[in-house]
Amino acid sequence: MIPRHLMIGIAAMLAVALGMSFYALRMRGRVTQTEIPAEYAHPVSAPVQGPTEQVTLYVAYDDPGVLRAQSASIPLPAGRQERAQELLRALLALYLDKSSSHPLGPGAEVRDVYLVDPGLAVIDLNDAFADGHRSGVLVEELTMASLVQTLATGIPGINRVKILVGGRERETLAGHADLSAVYDVAAVSQMVAELQ
Amino acid sequence: MPWSSRRSSSRQTKHAAPAVISCLAVLFAFVLAVSGFADEKRLTVYSGATSYSLSVREKNGIDYVGLLEILQPLGAASARTDGRTWRLNYNGSDSEFTPGQTRARVQGQTFDLPAMFLMENGRGLVPASSLPSLLQRFLRVPINFHEASRRLFIGNAAIHFTAQVNKTNPPTLVMNFTSPVNPMIATEPGKLRMVFTREPLVPPGSQTLTFDSPAIPSATFQENNGAAEIAVSGPVPLFASFSNEGRTITITPAPQATAHVPAPAAQPAVPAPAGSPAPQVSPGAVTAAVASTAVQYFVVVDASHGGDERGAALSDQLAEKDVTLAFALRLRQQLQARGLTTLMLREGDTTMSLDQRANMTNAAQPAIYVCLHAASQGSGVRLYTALLPAGAEGRGPFLDWNTAQSGFHAASQTAETSVAAELGKRQIAVRSLLAPLRPLNNITTAAMAIEVAPPAGKLAELNSPTYQQLVAESVTAGIEAVRDQLGAKP
Repeated sequence: MIPRHLMIGIAAMLAVALGMSFYALRMRGRVTQTEIPAEYAHPVSAPVQGPTEQVTLYVAYDDPGVLRAQSASIPLPAGRQERAQELLRALLALYLDKSSSHPLGPGAEVRDVYLVDPGLAVIDLNDAFADGHRSGVLVEELTMASLVQTLATGIPGINRVKILVGGRERETLAGHADLSAVYDVAAVSQMVAELQ
Repeated sequence: MPWSSRRSSSRQTKHAAPAVISCLAVLFAFVLAVSGFADEKRLTVYSGATSYSLSVREKNGIDYVGLLEILQPLGAASARTDGRTWRLNYNGSDSEFTPGQTRARVQGQTFDLPAMFLMENGRGLVPASSLPSLLQRFLRVPINFHEASRRLFIGNAAIHFTAQVNKTNPPTLVMNFTSPVNPMIATEPGKLRMVFTREPLVPPGSQTLTFDSPAIPSATFQENNGAAEIAVSGPVPLFASFSNEGRTITITPAPQATAHVPAPAAQPAVPAPAGSPAPQVSPGAVTAAVASTAVQYFVVVDASHGGDERGAALSDQLAEKDVTLAFALRLRQQLQARGLTTLMLREGDTTMSLDQRANMTNAAQPAIYVCLHAASQGSGVRLYTALLPAGAEGRGPFLDWNTAQSGFHAASQTAETSVAAELGKRQIAVRSLLAPLRPLNNITTAAMAIEVAPPAGKLAELNSPTYQQLVAESVTAGIEAVRDQLGAKP
């Protein structure tokens, strides 16, 4: 015959095991239902290895509608193409900040930058960048000028820039700024001078 | 002439002769190819899910089409040659055809073709006239074949339309279609043609529709070579505009006006971009036979966006397309009050592509093109001229489409400076900038864009008549001040 205290112990342990199973099931369901916020929905790039360098970013300010050259210290890799990507990612980090002077839509990202000789850079933005961009001639112009001028200043030898969205050509950024043409860096510099 | 020279010349002639003959041969082949393409017989198939066009082969005076090519878009179809027999499998069921014979087995039953089955490079060809009964065996749905025009309707694929003239001033012909349509539009003096290649448009009760309107007296429906065409006649050039997501086409006579400036000098030709030939426009468009009129416009006013393209959402209720249209109407009133003839590219809520806006403006040959935008950010008015690459210029008699503005940029800046001065006089904050903003770079005359932002950042006042009137007066005064300079073309 099983002693009484042993039976009580086994019953108590069974009750605890059942309770914990029920709790674990509930927690699992809750985790499955939790949505991932849009800002975390895209893959996070690996941290850049390399010494920190001083670079110039051309930052848009909506309030007076100007572009300002701003120094920043960011780690840059050795490869030219990787440097180009990091430069634009540093610029976008400013725009995606809560206190941004020129906010972009959530999830805006530079997918890739390709350097094609001689002197052509192709910037591939993600769909969220264009779809979430505010519409207007000046606001779109500031974004384009900021990207092109930052890239051309940071990576010597670039004289033309083409912008794609999601790997495809798009007519305009958000209804105004032309994305169908290839930007001439000399002409953009002239535009930037007017915007400063 | 020295002997060596003569010999050299003779050698050149000898070498040149084959080259000239080759060139002529290539040219001849090209002309043949082009003429052959233009005359190519087509058959168009319309089903509920898709529509497609096939080439027709004429053999012994009979029209033949590839049976596999017809069935492939409609289901799982494959074919193979087995000895002398051509076996076709459609949705798991086999059919057999023998070249040179009229008897075939289709879906397990005997079928008699009206003419011999033919094989050509592995393709099985059947007479086009056999298609209604043959396809009915495969598809088990009613087939309607317009044999003379080679248009084949499967099942209940059909688009009907109604046409009615509204006796407004000016009168408008409103055509309502049961599904969205996407015709190619071509204008010529006295006629506007709409060619429907993809739409299963069916004829109305009568091939000729007559309207009790001198401006738009009639329209005709025709079918030919796998396409349907509606031709609208009128004594004056006609506009076509699309609305209701492509279900409605409204045709109106082009506005008539009297010239106030001497006709501009002939301009270099601007080749339209690929896929958008100048005399034809694709859908969602407004087009006008402007070039064929004697009317010379001094200003073209373009209310940006419109139709499906709303532009910026300035507030929960206010779309950019509505503000630009209201402002454009006000600006036209001001310009015409000062004797500056004005053509508006859109006067209603219609969709137009940027290429269409540029084509219409270049065809009208105005002295200046003014494009209107609106924004909620910032304050005052921003004026833009085209951002063009350094050293952009045309080649010979043709201008590059993307940099067509380059020869007119100085005139554009003259106008911009003048308008900026007038805005400044009226205490309106103004900035002059370059912008990568189409279609400014495609315009072959002075061209500027005006982005109107609210005064002192007060968004509610952006649509106020007082503010718009003040800006419109400034723009008009600025253009009028350089009227003589703009009238003299480079």
